Amino acid sequence: MSTTKQRRPAVEGWFAVRDGAVRLLGTRCTVCGTPYFPRNDLACRNPRCAAPKDGSELEEHALSPRGRIWSYTDARYRPPPPYVAADPFRPFAIAAVELEAERMVVLGQVVPDVTADDLAVGMEVELTEGVLYEDEEAQYTVWMWRPGARAEEDA
Amino acid sequence: MTDAVAVLGAGMHPWGKWGRPFVEYGLAAARAALADAGVAWPEIQFVAGAATIRNGYPGFVAGAAFAQALGWSGARVCSAYAACASGAQAIDAARAQILAGRCDVALVVGADAAPKGFFRPVGGDRPDDPDWLRFRLLGASNPVYFALYARRRMAVHGATLDDFAAVKVKNARHGRANPNARYRKEVTAEEVADSPVVADPLRLLDICATSDGGAALVLSSMEFARSRGVRSPVRITGLSTVTPAFPKTVLDLPDFATDSALAAAPPERPFRSSIAHAAYAEAGIGPEDLSLAEVYDLSTALELDWYEDIGLCEPGGAEDLLRSGATALGGRVPVNPSGGLACFGEAVPAQAIAQVCELTWQLRGRAEGRQVPDARVGLAVNQGLFGHGSAVVAVR
Repeated sequence: MSTTKQRRPAVEGWFAVRDGAVRLLGTRCTVCGTPYFPRNDLACRNPRCAAPKDGSELEEHALSPRGRIWSYTDARYRPPPPYVAADPFRPFAIAAVELEAERMVVLGQVVPDVTADDLAVGMEVELTEGVLYEDEEAQYTVWMWRPGARAEEDA
Repeated sequence: MTDAVAVLGAGMHPWGKWGRPFVEYGLAAARAALADAGVAWPEIQFVAGAATIRNGYPGFVAGAAFAQALGWSGARVCSAYAACASGAQAIDAARAQILAGRCDVALVVGADAAPKGFFRPVGGDRPDDPDWLRFRLLGASNPVYFALYARRRMAVHGATLDDFAAVKVKNARHGRANPNARYRKEVTAEEVADSPVVADPLRLLDICATSDGGAALVLSSMEFARSRGVRSPVRITGLSTVTPAFPKTVLDLPDFATDSALAAAPPERPFRSSIAHAAYAEAGIGPEDLSLAEVYDLSTALELDWYEDIGLCEPGGAEDLLRSGATALGGRVPVNPSGGLACFGEAVPAQAIAQVCELTWQLRGRAEGRQVPDARVGLAVNQGLFGHGSAVVAVR
C-alpha cells in the first residue's frame, strides 16, 4: 500500500478533525437544541419547535466523538455499486452507535481490523478516520468507529 | 358499514425469477382479479398502479402502463410510489375514489421484475440521494439494516439464532401449498444454520429474496357488490399509510442516523407499531380480534419485531409467542399463512397487494392447504424506505 498518496475525504463536509479528534459535522437548531446528522440546513424538523424554520435557526454542530454500540453487523458479501470495493473484497463491520449527548444513533463502518465477533451491544466506541477506497491518485477516507474511548479525553 | 369497500376480486401472477417485463406479470394478475370479480375491464372506472423506481421508466407510471396493456379504456388513473407500501397506497387511492362516490369499481395492480442479488440504488452519480450515499459511504445494503435490528433483538430480548430459524421453518411449512409462492418446500433449522452468513447474525435463509411477481385487486362500493349479487364480500375496513412521528428514534432504511430525542420525547408508539394501530382504530378493532396476520418478514428476526408492533404480545414477548406455536397454522393467530416473504421473496410494488390477496382468500375460506379455520379478521402490514409503511384490515 502506498503511503505517498494524498488522503481526501470521500464526502465533503460530513466529518473533520477538530482539536485532534475526528468529529462528525452536522447542524443544530439554536431554538430547540435538536442536532442533525447528516447536516440539515433547510429547516428544523421538530414540528413543535418555534424557530422561524427558514434555516436561520440552524448552526454547524460537531457531534460527540464517542458513544455506545446500539447494534452492529457486518457485510460478508461485496455491496453493489456505488460502493467501491477492494479486490479481493474484505468483509467489514458496521456499527450503529448511540450518542448520549445527542440522543441519537449514527451508523458508521468499523475500522478494518475489527470484526463483528469483537463487538457487543453497549460497548464504548470512538470516532476515527479510515480509508474507504483508493484509486491511483488518492486514498478516500470516511468516518469509522473503533472500540474503546481514551480516558484522558473523557470530559 | 359505509366506510368499507368490497374486495370483489383478487388475482396474482406467481412469484419467481424470470426477468420478463413487469407489465406482463401485472397484466396476468389484473386479468385474474377481473375474472375472479366477474367484472369486465371496460367497466373499471379507476385504475391504480403501484409504482417502483427500479424497473425503469414505465415503473414510474405503473397505472398507465397497466391500463395501456389492458387496452386504453378511458378509465381514470393514478400511480403510487411508497417503496414497499406502494401497493397499499394504490389500494388507498382506489378506496378514496370509491368512498367519495367518484367511482363504483376500481382495479389496483402492482408488479415487479427484481434484479438479482442485493437491491441497489438508482444508477448514476447521485450524491444528494441518501439511498445512493448509504451504499457509497457505508456499503450498507438492505440486509445490513435487517441484521442491525436482529442483533439488537438478541441483545435486548434474548432472541436466539434458533428462534430466527424457527420463523423460517414455520413460514416455509405454510407456503408449501401456496401455488403463487416462489419457494414451496420445507426448510429445516439445520439448513438455515448451514446457509452462509450474509450480515451477522443473519444467514441467507433468514433474509427474503428479491422476486418477480404481480398482484391485483378489484375493489368496489358495497352497492356495486350487491348489484353483482355479492351480499357478503370481503371488506377493507381499515387502511393506514401513516408517516413516522418526530423524533423517529428507530434506525430506518436508508438513514445514516435516527432523529435526536434531545428536544422532544419519542412518540408513545414507535413507527411500525403506529402503522398497525392506525388501521385498527379506523376499523374499530384491536389485535385480540385478529384471525390471522400477514407481516413483512424481510428477515426472520423482523417477523418477531412485528408480533410486538401489531400487538400480538408485549415488547419482549415475541420469542415466547413463537415458541408456543400461536403464530403457526393451527395456533391462536397464524402469522404469514401465505408463507410470507420467506416463501415469496420481495416484488416490491406487488407485495402489499399480494398480502391483501391472501387476506381475501383466507377470509373467503379458499386458502387451500393453508386455510386458517373460520377466519373473520385479517391484518396485513409492511414497512418500506423513506418513512413509508402500511396496514390493511380486512373482514368478512
